[in-house]
Amino acid sequence: MTQRLHELRRSLLVSLWFMLLTFPIMVIRVNTITGTIRWRWSNLALIGIGSFVISVVWRYAMQRKTGEVRATGVFAQVGARVGAGAEKVRTVLDSPKVRVRLVSGLLAAAVAYPFLTSMYHTNIMITALTYVVLGLGLNIIIGLGGMLHIGYAAFYAIGAYSYALLNMYFGINFWLALPIGAALAGLFSLLIGLPTLRLRGDYLAIVTLAFAEITRLVLQNWQQVTGGAAGIPNIPRPQLFGMTMRLHQTTTFVYFIMLAVVILTIFVVHRLENSRIGRQWVAMKEDYIACQAMGVSIAKAKLTALGIGAVWGGLVGVIFAARTTFINPASFTVWESVIILSTVVLGGMGSIPGVFVGALVLMLLPEYLRPFAQYRMLIFGALLVTMMVFRPGGFIKKRRKAYTITEAEKQSVIEAGAEADEDTEE
Amino acid sequence: MNYFTEVVLSGLTRGSIYALIALGYTMVYGIIELINFAHGEIYMIGAFTALILASVLTIFGFNTIAILFLASIIAIVYSAMYGYTMEKVAYKPIRNSQRLSALISAIGMSMFLQNYVRIAQTSDFLPFPRIIPRFPWLSALPISMSSAQFMIFASTAVVMVLLTFLIKFTKIGKSMRAASQDKVMAKLLGVNVNKVISVTFIIGSATAALGGILISSYTGQINFYIGFLAGIKAFVAAVLGGIGSIPGAVLGSFVLGLTESLGAGYISSDYEDVFAFIILAVILIVKPAGILGKGQIEKV
Repeated sequence: MTQRLHELRRSLLVSLWFMLLTFPIMVIRVNTITGTIRWRWSNLALIGIGSFVISVVWRYAMQRKTGEVRATGVFAQVGARVGAGAEKVRTVLDSPKVRVRLVSGLLAAAVAYPFLTSMYHTNIMITALTYVVLGLGLNIIIGLGGMLHIGYAAFYAIGAYSYALLNMYFGINFWLALPIGAALAGLFSLLIGLPTLRLRGDYLAIVTLAFAEITRLVLQNWQQVTGGAAGIPNIPRPQLFGMTMRLHQTTTFVYFIMLAVVILTIFVVHRLENSRIGRQWVAMKEDYIACQAMGVSIAKAKLTALGIGAVWGGLVGVIFAARTTFINPASFTVWESVIILSTVVLGGMGSIPGVFVGALVLMLLPEYLRPFAQYRMLIFGALLVTMMVFRPGGFIKKRRKAYTITEAEKQSVIEAGAEADEDTEE
Repeated sequence: MNYFTEVVLSGLTRGSIYALIALGYTMVYGIIELINFAHGEIYMIGAFTALILASVLTIFGFNTIAILFLASIIAIVYSAMYGYTMEKVAYKPIRNSQRLSALISAIGMSMFLQNYVRIAQTSDFLPFPRIIPRFPWLSALPISMSSAQFMIFASTAVVMVLLTFLIKFTKIGKSMRAASQDKVMAKLLGVNVNKVISVTFIIGSATAALGGILISSYTGQINFYIGFLAGIKAFVAAVLGGIGSIPGAVLGSFVLGLTESLGAGYISSDYEDVFAFIILAVILIVKPAGILGKGQIEKV
């Protein structure tokens, strides 16, 4: 009991500290023109209560994490039930039969979606699917290759601009631009990758950020070619055998293109994961030196991860340009990259279902919680920190292929060992 | 005054500002090897707090000198508090996990603080009051320098000397050096590593806030977004000079500031930021340890 009281007292102190800390920014609002001050005391109360509650939960979660306290009473029962439930769900999901059913169900729902809902919802879903592909692409670089890339929006920009510019100057159509945009993004990524092969971790992060910013600034300032900050208007929508389509038909069409790209991405990433090169990436992520000692060429592994990862950014960039018919450099800022990064990290680095669910949830929730839209980035930021502290693997952790040794197998190994010993003794 | 000296002077001013932010970066990196992305936000919060306090004090009718000192000191203390809290919340719990986690946490913190200020205050540009009074004797100098510029130069010099002294000759400085070399060994020898890290964050944040206040009174306007670019540039400067080294951070800042100013003055001002990033890329590719940094040998 005294322990709990002590904890509460600590939380109270924390909340007082935060009230003091946030006082000037949260409470005082000065209007410099009229020279008046608005004291927003209600905010202070909000901070006080909010930080107290968060602190109590945070401290408890922290102690659970370090194993200082065990859950007791109701919490323990609920926790055990949830744990057992999750385990059951996992075993059910592991069976191939259920998986096939689940995937085909999802597919059917995805195909039916644009016909059952309005154009507005279809558009939102297209955006969400765009982020799924972006997330999966970045996932190759971060989740599998272990390279922190904070310039992924640059590839997205390159895809979008290559379609817009190629169409404007050479009249190249959407379908041709699709592979060109993807290839250009991949090539660009390789070009960045080549000189930065020696860098890793933090330095690589900052260099990718620098290159992304250079890309954006060039697009913004190269008036004569890219149209500068004003962007490029009137980009043609995707065509299908020269059919004339109305707006909602085009939207549905784009939705299906996007869906096809998502399926392709998931398929390719899944195949890559368990391929020779995919295992090299994971090995590189785990340990550079051990990986090199095993004969994996770090340079090759790095470049392939960067190149293959970037291709998806370019691909959906083209679709983005064709869908919105207008692009400008403001769509491809660092924060765009950070949002993509958030979807990957929160969903679960390295895990395909994780990134899929993460991108869908993070993109759809803010759309449907409009009143909270302005808090989106705030919440993303807080989520990133909390996630790193309590569950660095993300919502859906990547599960490694593991082989569990049964008792019988263990026994047989021991017996074999004993026999071998006897042999040598003789 | 001719164009060249003007450009150089503006480059030196930029350099000094980057230096004030880069010092904090380099100190934090030296100890916990983390790019503190949120460092630039501390700079921004310092400037915002000073702006709010200065406006309130003006309305209450304080005189200029009192406003300058009160607003600056309180803002610096507040930023130090923010830095301390940030370390406790976002970095301390994950000190022993992967580097990637710490970096992502830092990005999250940066996002959070930016939007916190955006929502609690405003997303518009705010005019920053001229809290630095005019020094009449500055006009006696052969080159024309504003009082804000003078203050920036003077504070950078003072802060750099103080920090060098602190790290070289005081007990806490010794502990910092010990902790940056080997945290476990330092702990065994009785250094309170947690305290050392906290102190580092406090000092780094305070210098960043000082930079925030000075640059804002020089440029005359701020918004919630100023910290991001300043933070990145300061990081570039710190890497340029050799991260972890204090004179390196200052040298790197001046090189960066001058390059930017000369590039903007003689090539094109549109590509000002591009020059900084190109320098960063070049230095990382050619000499990743920076101008004054020592290359590290990796032990297996």
